[in-house]
Amino acid sequence: MRQSERASTGPGARLDRREFLKAGAAAAAIAVSGSALIHAGEAWGLEVRTLQPATVRTLILMARDIYPHDRLADKYYAIAIKPWDIKAAQDAATRTMLEDGVATLDGFAKARHRQPYVDVAWEADRVVLLRHIQDGAFFETVRSGLIVSLYNQHEIWPLFGYEGESAAKGGYIHRGFNDLEWL
Amino acid sequence: MAQFDRNDDSVVVIVGSGAGGGTLGTDLARRGINTVILEAGARYEIEDFVNDEWASFGQLAWTDARTTSGTWRVHRNFPNLPAWIVKAVGGTSIHWAGASLRLQEHEFRTRSVYGGLGGANLLDWPITLAEMEPWYAKAEDRMGTTRTNNIPGLPGNNNFKVLEAGARKIGYKEVNTGRMSINSEPRDGRGACQQIGFCFQGCKSGAKWSTLYAEIPKGEATGKLEVREQCQVLHIEHDARGLVTGVVYADKDGALQRQKARVVAVAGNSLESPRLLLNSASSMFPDGLANSSGQVGRNYMRHTTGSVYAIFDKPVHMYRGTTMAGVVRDEAVNDSSRGFVGGYELETLSLGFAFTAAFLDPGAWGRSFTSALDSYDHMAGLWIVGEDMPQETNRVTLDPVVRDRFGMPVASVHFDDHANDLAMRAHAYDRGRAIYEAVGAVRTFPTPPYPSTHNLGTNRMSEKPRDGVVNKWGQTHDIRNLFIADGSQFTTGGAENPTLTIVALATRQADTIAGMMARKEI
Repeated sequence: MRQSERASTGPGARLDRREFLKAGAAAAAIAVSGSALIHAGEAWGLEVRTLQPATVRTLILMARDIYPHDRLADKYYAIAIKPWDIKAAQDAATRTMLEDGVATLDGFAKARHRQPYVDVAWEADRVVLLRHIQDGAFFETVRSGLIVSLYNQHEIWPLFGYEGESAAKGGYIHRGFNDLEWL
Repeated sequence: MAQFDRNDDSVVVIVGSGAGGGTLGTDLARRGINTVILEAGARYEIEDFVNDEWASFGQLAWTDARTTSGTWRVHRNFPNLPAWIVKAVGGTSIHWAGASLRLQEHEFRTRSVYGGLGGANLLDWPITLAEMEPWYAKAEDRMGTTRTNNIPGLPGNNNFKVLEAGARKIGYKEVNTGRMSINSEPRDGRGACQQIGFCFQGCKSGAKWSTLYAEIPKGEATGKLEVREQCQVLHIEHDARGLVTGVVYADKDGALQRQKARVVAVAGNSLESPRLLLNSASSMFPDGLANSSGQVGRNYMRHTTGSVYAIFDKPVHMYRGTTMAGVVRDEAVNDSSRGFVGGYELETLSLGFAFTAAFLDPGAWGRSFTSALDSYDHMAGLWIVGEDMPQETNRVTLDPVVRDRFGMPVASVHFDDHANDLAMRAHAYDRGRAIYEAVGAVRTFPTPPYPSTHNLGTNRMSEKPRDGVVNKWGQTHDIRNLFIADGSQFTTGGAENPTLTIVALATRQADTIAGMMARKEI
């Protein structure tokens, strides 16, 4: 585990409840509204403080395109990306790295599709764009951070059939450690 | 509990409290010898352990800086984490999975059996299996190893059921739930395994043997053992005769202290032990202590490892129950017709969801990777543990630039796989895949080695002083009151998980040191 994976986002990063704004119904997945991102479909909003809201929106979609799980709602990717806004507030170099990285990605998107990354409609096309930048520090920083900030969200574990903490429940000795019968 | 004066030069000082140091310290105390264990990490108890991979990693793992180089993939994916070992009282005996296999007879004399192998620095151990057998027996008894001493084997979990069925289907015979130092029934004041499933994060039931709660408290109860936590030894001192006189360490407040000693035993794991010897260089020993052979830090071994994970169309829930729930031993023999010397064990292994994401294919992204995680609860897994070749160029050195918070140069670990290691790993991946495909796996993955848990060989045992660092007693060839008590003594690695051998050697060494002290030889 690189230091960046551990320190940048950290296990258990959460969106504060007060930072989820109530959002009305709307069509688009995630819309920028002032300094906030609004997800009408999932009824949440995210206040962005340091990065440009459009940058965070791009990072959230990029997170899904890097680690696509169709069973995960957008909010889990938003939770995974949110710590970067906090890190950017504390560290100008991080802020620059993220803003410049998204600008570069958008540059590739505009050159090929005449629109920014978030407006490229097909995942397959966006993945091609990510492959252009996958060896750079920006992509690797975002990707490696997600390993903890996405997959260590305990809320998503049941969606993958993982039961987490077990000792307090008495382990699995009476809860199916050897219940496999299909062999 | 004992508390010794820092100027008391009659004590034995042990650096490290894991399988080697914790066992040695406990045994010396039981023999009435005043002993101080200096442990760099903090002391946690069973109730402090957490069933949460990242939180536990943050609590227990050695995450102080280390650097790496070489062609091994760990350098690429985890450049500052060459090893996944513990910094806490109890050391990596908190994290280990419990597998307790004796080395095989031929594995003590690999130079004779395997012959000269280009690039390999093979050497016979100066001891034989026959000499070690009584000490293995004592170690198995004290650790409560299953399938020894009439202790029944553990029940197999789902992950083992899959391994066993596949292995038998392709013709393997030696397949069982292993010799494990995890209580299958209450023993030695500790309860039976509850199949909790977080063996790597510290056993919450105490069923798994660890020096933290199965040894050290017994040593402390004698009034002869003092364990000082959060005390990192920075260098070992010696006198004009070339005998060690004590150690200088940073205490929990960062203040430098000197503990005088009659004997010093180093047991800081194969990365920290050579680091300490090298950092103790003086005008009399310009290349570091006990390094007249130039072998300190060399011949670093980490076992030829790797994992095979397989996805099935039905659920497995591999994470339920003991992490290492069973073993296939048929490939552990030496049979060079396979294209390599030495052998390997196949042992079940499971990771939780968070660590599966981190280790299944480090650096990977996209749907090929995420579709595997989508099938996490349909996954089974095994770990390859094979003998790797000692190479002089695989070594631990002092990093020329990076220093820790006490100004001590950090360990820099260089590793390249030997051609024999690569051939063995390819063979093992293939056999692992065959096992799972035999019972209907729809997809299998060769997972690269994790950061090393089996760190061996950097202060190796040799008959002749020019070939290694310590003699058959773990006593350094150069300095008669300086010993090594951890896996860095291993002359070669064998195919077996090393903890049982470390404990057997430490048990034997306690007997040796007590005898030498009684005879005033040290």
